[in-house]
Amino acid sequence: MSTPLALCITGIGAWAPGAPDWQSLQAIVRGEAAATDDAPARPPGTILPAAERRRAPDGVRLAAEVAAQATGMAGIDPATVPCVFASTHGELAITDYVCETLAQSPLELSPTKFHNSVLNAPAGYWTIATGCTGASSAVTAHHRTFAAGLLEAAAFACAEDTPVLFASCDVASTGPLAEMTCTTLAFGMALLLRPAAGHGVRLNLALHHGAAEPVPPVTMPAVAGDNPANAEALALLSLLAGTKSSNLRLPLSSGLSLDMEIEP
Amino acid sequence: MPERIEPLAIAARSATSALGHGLAAQLEALRSGRGGLRANDFSSAPLECRIGRVAGVEDAALPAPLAHWDCRNNRLAWLGLQQDGLMDAIAGAIARHGATRLALILGTSTASIGATEDAYRRLDHGRFPEDLQRPEIHTPHSLAAFVADATGIAGPALTISTACSSSAKVFASAERLIRLGLADAALVGGVDTLCDSVLFGFHSLELVSKQACRPFDAQRDGISIGEAAAFALLERVDAAPHAPRLLGHGESSDAHHMSTPHPEGRGAQAALDDALARAGIGADAVDYVNLHGTATPRNDEVEAKLLPRFATRTRASSTKGFTGHTLGAAGALEAVFALLAIEHGIVPPNLGCSEPMPEAAPWLALQPSPQRVDVALSNSFGFGGNNACLVFGRGAAA
Repeated sequence: MSTPLALCITGIGAWAPGAPDWQSLQAIVRGEAAATDDAPARPPGTILPAAERRRAPDGVRLAAEVAAQATGMAGIDPATVPCVFASTHGELAITDYVCETLAQSPLELSPTKFHNSVLNAPAGYWTIATGCTGASSAVTAHHRTFAAGLLEAAAFACAEDTPVLFASCDVASTGPLAEMTCTTLAFGMALLLRPAAGHGVRLNLALHHGAAEPVPPVTMPAVAGDNPANAEALALLSLLAGTKSSNLRLPLSSGLSLDMEIEP
Repeated sequence: MPERIEPLAIAARSATSALGHGLAAQLEALRSGRGGLRANDFSSAPLECRIGRVAGVEDAALPAPLAHWDCRNNRLAWLGLQQDGLMDAIAGAIARHGATRLALILGTSTASIGATEDAYRRLDHGRFPEDLQRPEIHTPHSLAAFVADATGIAGPALTISTACSSSAKVFASAERLIRLGLADAALVGGVDTLCDSVLFGFHSLELVSKQACRPFDAQRDGISIGEAAAFALLERVDAAPHAPRLLGHGESSDAHHMSTPHPEGRGAQAALDDALARAGIGADAVDYVNLHGTATPRNDEVEAKLLPRFATRTRASSTKGFTGHTLGAAGALEAVFALLAIEHGIVPPNLGCSEPMPEAAPWLALQPSPQRVDVALSNSFGFGGNNACLVFGRGAAA
C-alpha cells in the first residue's frame, strides 16, 4: 500500500444548466434550492478574451468558466498554476460536425473546427487566456475519467510540490454519436489543489487494492445528466458541500480503487 | 528549477511504423537512410500527399475475446504489442509487482476516431451500423482501455491527449506515479492511426505538403502524416540496471496560439530547461537530439532557435522524413529512436533535407553515421502550445 497523497482544496468551480456556480450548486446539493430556470444556457467563460470566446466551442467555455471560478476562489494567479483538464469525450458537438463533414464533403472541413476538435483545446485556450506557461494536460479514461484525472492532478501536485488546477468537464452530445456517449447535459467542475496541509478542505487520496462499486447514477439528472464522470464529480462535490468528515471510494480499474477522505 | 529525479530503467521498448514492425526494422531503416513514406492511398477521397502507412495493420486481427475492441487503431496497437517480446516483458512485470501495481499511460491524438468516421459514412436510418454500435471504441480512451484488457495491466490507466506531445508526456506522468509509490512499473506509449480527420484536418490548415516532408530544409512546405505504435516499460533501475534510462522530462505551455508556436520558442525552451534540470545535466552533455521537426515553415524555424543551446558536436535530426508525423504517437516513437541511438551507437539522419536552413545546419545530421551516444534528448510540441522534452541515458555497463 502506498502512502496517501495529502492535499487541500482551496478553490472550487462548478457549472451546470441551472447551476451557474459552486454556490448555487451547493444550495441545490443541500436541498436548499432548486435549479434556476433563468440561468444562462451557455457557460459564459468570460476569462477568455472576446475574440477567443467567439471562436471557442462550448466545452472550452465550460472549462474556462469552472477553472476561473476555482482559481478566483483560491485567490491564485492562474499564470503560475499547472493544469489538468479531464473530459470523457471532449468536444462532442465538434466531433459530430467533423465526422458528418468528412462523410459528406471532406475537403470542406473547417480549419477552426479541426483545431477546436483536439482534446486539449480547453488547456490550450486556458493557458493562452491566462498566460500560464507551466505544464498543461488533457486526460481521459472513459467511465473512470473523473477518478483517473483527479489522481493525475493530485500526483502532479504532490510530486512537484506545486498547486495544480484540476477540471473535469463534458458537454452534451449531438447527432448520431449521442447514442454511443451517454452525455445528455453539459456539466463541469474544477478544484484548486495544493499539496500537504494548509487552509481549505483537507483531501487525502489513497489507492485501495480491490474493486469498488461504481457510484450510483446521478441523483440529480436535471443537473448533471447521465455521464458517469459527472456522477462521480457530483458525488465528491456533495461531500464538499457538507460539514462533516466523509469518505468516497471510486473505481480506477477492475482491481483498484481511489479512496478519498475529506475533512472540512 | 525542478530537482533532479531518480532515473528509471526502460526495461523493454518497441516501435512499429511505416519503417516496419519492431525494433530491428526501425534500426535497419534509420541506419541505411531508407524512408517509409509513400503516395497517399488511404483517405476516403483523393488527397495529394505522402503518408507513412504501416503495412499489415488490416491483417492484424484481434483474438476472439478482444474482438469487441476491433478497429484500425487497436489493430495497430495489437500489432505493436506483439513485437520485441513486449507481451512477455509486461507479463514478467505483472508477476514481479502484481497487476494493480503497473500503471498504464498512453498517448493518442485521435484514438479510434476512424471507426466513428466509418459509422458516419454508413449510417443506417440515422443510427450507427450494428457492427459499430460499440460505445467503448467511440471514445478517446479506446486505445488504453483496449491495451489494459489485452495485457492484464490493472493499475491506474489514463489516456493523455495533448495532440502531438501526448505520448512524450506519458513518460513524465508515469515517472511521477512511480516516484510517489503509486505504481512499481508503468507501460507507456502512443498509438495513432491514419484517418480522414487528420488528413483532411491538417489539409484544411494548409499544413500538409504534397511531397515527402523536408524537415529543416529551406524549401520545406509542410508535414507528411504517418501512423505508429510505440511502447516502453518503465521500472526502477534495480529491476534492469543495464537497460537505458529515462533521466529527465520537462513540460510547458506556450500560452501563445492554438496552432502556431511562440515565435521565440518560449515554451520549448522552458520544457528543455526542466528536462535538463531533472536529469541533472547541462545541454553540453547531450550527444543527440531527436527534433520535433515537423517540416512546417513555423515549427522548424522556431525549433532551430533551440539549437545554439547545444555544443556544435551535438548531432540533431528530425526523423519525420522516415515515418511521417505520427501525431499522438510521435513522442513515444521518437523516444524509441533516441533509445536506439544510445543502444546501437547511431545518429539517425535528417531524411528529406537537401538544402539545410542555415540556422540549423551546424547541428543537423544529414547522413547516417555511427557515433557513440550516451545522452539523447527528444522534443515533442503540440497544438495549443503544448510542449514536452525527454532525456534518456545509458544504463550501467554490463
